[in-house]
Amino acid sequence: MPKDMPQDMLETLTRLITGQLHLEGPLLPILQAIQAELDHVPEQAIPMIADALNISAAEVHGVMSFYHDFRSAPAGRHIVKICRAEACQAVGGAALADAVLADLGVAWHGTTASGAVTVEPVYCLGLCACGPAAMIDERPVGRIDAAGLKRMIAELDQ
Amino acid sequence: MKIYLSQDSAAKALGAEEVAAAIRTEAEARGQEITLVRTGSRGMIWLEPLVEIEREGIRIGYGPMTADGVSGLFDGSAPDLGPVEDIPFFAAQTRLTFARVGRIDPLDLAAYEAEGGLSGLRRALEMTPEAIVEEVKASGLRGRGGAGFPTGIKWDTVRQAEGARKYIVCNADEGDSGTFADRMLIEGDPMALIEGMVIAGLAVGATKGFVYLRSEYPDAIAVLRAAIARAEGAGILGDVMGSGRQFDLEVRVGAGAYVCGEETSLLNSIEGKRAVVRAKPPLPAIEGLFGRPTVVNNVLSLATIPVIFEKGAGHYAGFGLGRSLGTMPIQIAGNVRFGGLFETAFGMPLGRLVEEIAGGTASGRPVKAVQVGGPLGAYLTPGQFDTPFGYEEFDREGALIGHAGIVVFDESADMRAMARFAMEFCAVESCGKCTPCRIGAVRGVEVIDRIGAGDASAVPILRDLCEVMRDGSLCALGGFTPYPVLSALDHFPEEFGQQREAAE
Ligand SMILES: Cc1cc2nc3c(=O)[nH]c(=O)nc-3n(C[C@H](O)[C@H](O)[C@H](O)COP(=O)(O)O)c2cc1C
Ligand code: FES
Repeated sequence: MPKDMPQDMLETLTRLITGQLHLEGPLLPILQAIQAELDHVPEQAIPMIADALNISAAEVHGVMSFYHDFRSAPAGRHIVKICRAEACQAVGGAALADAVLADLGVAWHGTTASGAVTVEPVYCLGLCACGPAAMIDERPVGRIDAAGLKRMIAELDQ
Repeated sequence: MKIYLSQDSAAKALGAEEVAAAIRTEAEARGQEITLVRTGSRGMIWLEPLVEIEREGIRIGYGPMTADGVSGLFDGSAPDLGPVEDIPFFAAQTRLTFARVGRIDPLDLAAYEAEGGLSGLRRALEMTPEAIVEEVKASGLRGRGGAGFPTGIKWDTVRQAEGARKYIVCNADEGDSGTFADRMLIEGDPMALIEGMVIAGLAVGATKGFVYLRSEYPDAIAVLRAAIARAEGAGILGDVMGSGRQFDLEVRVGAGAYVCGEETSLLNSIEGKRAVVRAKPPLPAIEGLFGRPTVVNNVLSLATIPVIFEKGAGHYAGFGLGRSLGTMPIQIAGNVRFGGLFETAFGMPLGRLVEEIAGGTASGRPVKAVQVGGPLGAYLTPGQFDTPFGYEEFDREGALIGHAGIVVFDESADMRAMARFAMEFCAVESCGKCTPCRIGAVRGVEVIDRIGAGDASAVPILRDLCEVMRDGSLCALGGFTPYPVLSALDHFPEEFGQQREAAE
């Protein structure tokens, strides 16, 4: 058990891990539960998960790093996903993404200096008949242009 | 006044929540009694948010509606579209799988039953497992996830496999660009999927089901979880309709990896492993989830089961063409005037879908190419528009229908960039297990960049590379990425610095 962990973090992680142990194949649900509550999966969680599932820490690491969704460091306060896939490209998705990234001064996966927004690429949101599409946190956005998306991003946290 | 408004995420993406709030505010201000029913989407996405008001039993459409336009619904000044089901895009469809989507509140079991729900399950409960499987075989249903494998034959293998425990796994990973039918079905009629999975369980002797649903679909996840809770409460799940036969269902959320749509990778993901593809054999039907016999089927395959049992296999098989029987919920996307979901019998020519149903491009410019079947599907040109929509018919064109997404591009499309994107996507999403896919896709991007820089001698290298990927990859991610790449190259050689052959 990591020694330098504050007691409340230890308790939180223990609760989130044990809460999923009754499931068949609990590893993804554990990682998802931790990320849902803590916004990322802290390094200290890895040996605890490995212990609980009786697998090696390397295996937990391997699984976590395989999936695009999991983060080992906190993201911005909001996550903006912009669709890069074909149907959105057919209606100007690439130009939209370029304009928004330039405006925010970040690259894909980057977080703005203020910590407000992390921009992630996504390959289809199932909004392909109303592209270009994006998702702000869990809110779907369709038929959006660069000006519109910039405005929505600027209005976050207001 | 009874008002219907979609809560499908495409409708939400276009402002449905603002419209819903405006409707409630306006009704209150006017002191008018209303019932607002939130439904799935009718699939006419260009009309979303689509409001429907019931008048003398007929639902009249108003859309695309805005919050500002809502007062017009109450004072009668809003322009209407006439009866929603008479709109040509809707009237031209044969809705079997999507019969209820857009019509009912997805969590309203009484409405579900009133529109035919549960009658298939009641019938199946009277049948032996063999008879259930025979019915599915007779329907001609083929897997809607892409490969088109006959569903009845898959079920029969699992039915006959020995196993103390068996599973039904629903593949709701829907990663293909241009596809959203699984999402719309789950958001609009989740009970149909649940009912289909219960019937699958009865057929093969499985007592547990998982729906593997992608994390990019938060609305669908919420609706399906709520629907499962309702179905448990109503005795559809658990002890199935008091029959003494057990079936439980659980949602598993994906974690943003396209390859998890591949069935063996999906099984590894549920098991909590890296989602690498497994070599086949053994087939999942024999050794699937946790090594047990497992049915893996797409959402649409499973959600079509209830209507097959409700109306009979013969009714379903009466639609279609050749070996592509029944109907397909086709998804029309990209640069089109009328984008959305169009369910029709197999056999409609691609050109009719693009030019007539979809109304051509939104930009008004000529169609240059259409990609059918997601990121692993070929680009087809208007020269191939007489190809009927069917598995074998597309195969003969060197194309595939996949999950039946059609993405339309106008003449501004840069086909070399699209080919490059196909390789880039494969590189991002490769599970890494086999070399042709893992390394080939990275080299593919480089080679296409060389071509882009004017090195025409790289074209044969690209063709070679595609051959290696096609023949040597473990699954269709690496194996089919050559489809979009080579079709772009073959149809638009001049964009790769090549001469166009005189007679194409
Ligand atoms: C890279 C890759 C991605 C796939 N993605 C999906 C998917 O998102 N949904 C799906 O149902 N099938 C997908 N498939 C096909 C599945 O492997 C499998 O054939 C299907 O789930 C079987 O169900 P069906 O017979 O009902 O079509 C994919 C295959 C590959 C190779
Ligand atoms: S391609 Fe962008 S939402 Fe589907």
